[in-house]
Amino acid sequence: MTDTIIKAKQLTKKFNGLVAVNNISFEVKRGEVFAFLGPNGAGKTTTIRMLTTLLKPTHGKILVNGFDPLTQQDKVRKSFGIVFQDSSLDDELTAWENIEFHGILYKIGKEERRKRIKGLLQIVGLWNRRNDLVKTYSGGMRRRLEIARGLLHHPKIFFLDEPTLGLDPQTRIKIWQQIKKLNRKYQTTIFFTTHYLEEAEKMASQIAIIDQGKIVTSGTALELKKQTKKKSLEAAYLAITGKDIREENASSLEKMRMRMSRMRRK
Amino acid sequence: MLSTIYIMWRRQIKRYWRSKSRIIGSIGQPLLFLIALGFGLGPVFERAGRGNYLNFLAPGVIAQAILFMAVFNGVELIWDRQFGFLKETLVAPVSRLEIVLGRVLGGATIATFQGVIVFSLTLFLGFKPQGITFLPLAVVLMFLIALFYTTLGTAIASLMKDFHGFQLIMNFLVMPTFFLSGALFPLESAPQILKSISKINPLTYGVDGLRQVLSGTVHLGVTGDILVLSLLSLFLLLIASYLFSKIEA
Repeated sequence: MTDTIIKAKQLTKKFNGLVAVNNISFEVKRGEVFAFLGPNGAGKTTTIRMLTTLLKPTHGKILVNGFDPLTQQDKVRKSFGIVFQDSSLDDELTAWENIEFHGILYKIGKEERRKRIKGLLQIVGLWNRRNDLVKTYSGGMRRRLEIARGLLHHPKIFFLDEPTLGLDPQTRIKIWQQIKKLNRKYQTTIFFTTHYLEEAEKMASQIAIIDQGKIVTSGTALELKKQTKKKSLEAAYLAITGKDIREENASSLEKMRMRMSRMRRK
Repeated sequence: MLSTIYIMWRRQIKRYWRSKSRIIGSIGQPLLFLIALGFGLGPVFERAGRGNYLNFLAPGVIAQAILFMAVFNGVELIWDRQFGFLKETLVAPVSRLEIVLGRVLGGATIATFQGVIVFSLTLFLGFKPQGITFLPLAVVLMFLIALFYTTLGTAIASLMKDFHGFQLIMNFLVMPTFFLSGALFPLESAPQILKSISKINPLTYGVDGLRQVLSGTVHLGVTGDILVLSLLSLFLLLIASYLFSKIEA
């Protein structure tokens, strides 16, 4: 199966005149593990938000699993699962309740739902902690729960926005093993972003690098290394995007989230 | 359709039920009003020949408790936005109206329950309702107040990105709504300007209905009260789900 599952054409997003995503086009093939790399503020998350119906593009065309996020929202929404950059779990509910909530929203029948939840929670190693409130979970456990939840409705595409951010190497390896397993077993297309370039190098079958809202290059890890004559993807990445630290304007939402995490309820 | 509304509703209820501190904390304010005003102003009220103040005040304080709880439950949407949970519902293949309905019904149920708790408290403090046969009607009125103000809170929260505006809502919406609703003093003898303002205040109809049902003092008429609150809630629900559908996360 080599058909296209995500197609973006001349995609642009402006926020009050600021161009976050600037006329990008790319395709992701079915069953691929696609890494979307770039410095902070390059437009990765904005692109994902447009692909997942959370944001309307200023210009351009998107097809996700053959559907248009502007006019066929629910069909697009059924096609993907997602792990957001920040937690999107309800802290006051247990793991089981969070994932069951998801199953009901996606209209999975009770029997089937319970069976799948059990299977997934076992895979991510949270079955024994299923009745604990999520607020007692560590960062890695939360991430694993979100991955299990995002896969519950058997999506064709799985978006992961920095799924391993802030996790220890053991957890990162474990999470990637699980993602890889799912990719093989169900031919789920994986679309992920990361700043850990060795993860991209090891996992991705295709890589695109975005910088300042534009896709600067794409190809396999090998191709990118050849292109820049570097030994590692990290070196190639730095050759392509430069070594300057990017000034990122935190959106008001991000600022707020930072404040909130400081005053987070006990 | 119903399963989405139900699961949204159930989530609200669970969250409420688990935060015992919130349940206890939210009783504090109504209790203060009942004790400080009820016992403090009571003798003055009686000397003015207006009868038992607690009987007058109790429905007003029940309405107050519902108002505060309902607005807060609606505004809780901002909380979900900040903690990220909102996105989980926004990417789900369900209509925005279902999400809003579930949220609003959940919040309204909690606020109604709050009203019932405060009602029990008033009994404990010496409130003598005109009989218990009217209780179901009182609960209907409590629910309508709750529904309207949860929806209002949700609509406002859909427009807000953070909590900075919350104080604004409390001071310029919730407090005036409460004080100018006839919850604390009889509107008949109030100056014309206050009377006119209270006429456009939805809570006035809630307080009036509750007072009529529980204390037997007729002012506007309970059927009219129910009608006004129902129509306003319906209208506001449409606005709220429109505003909610415009949220970009």
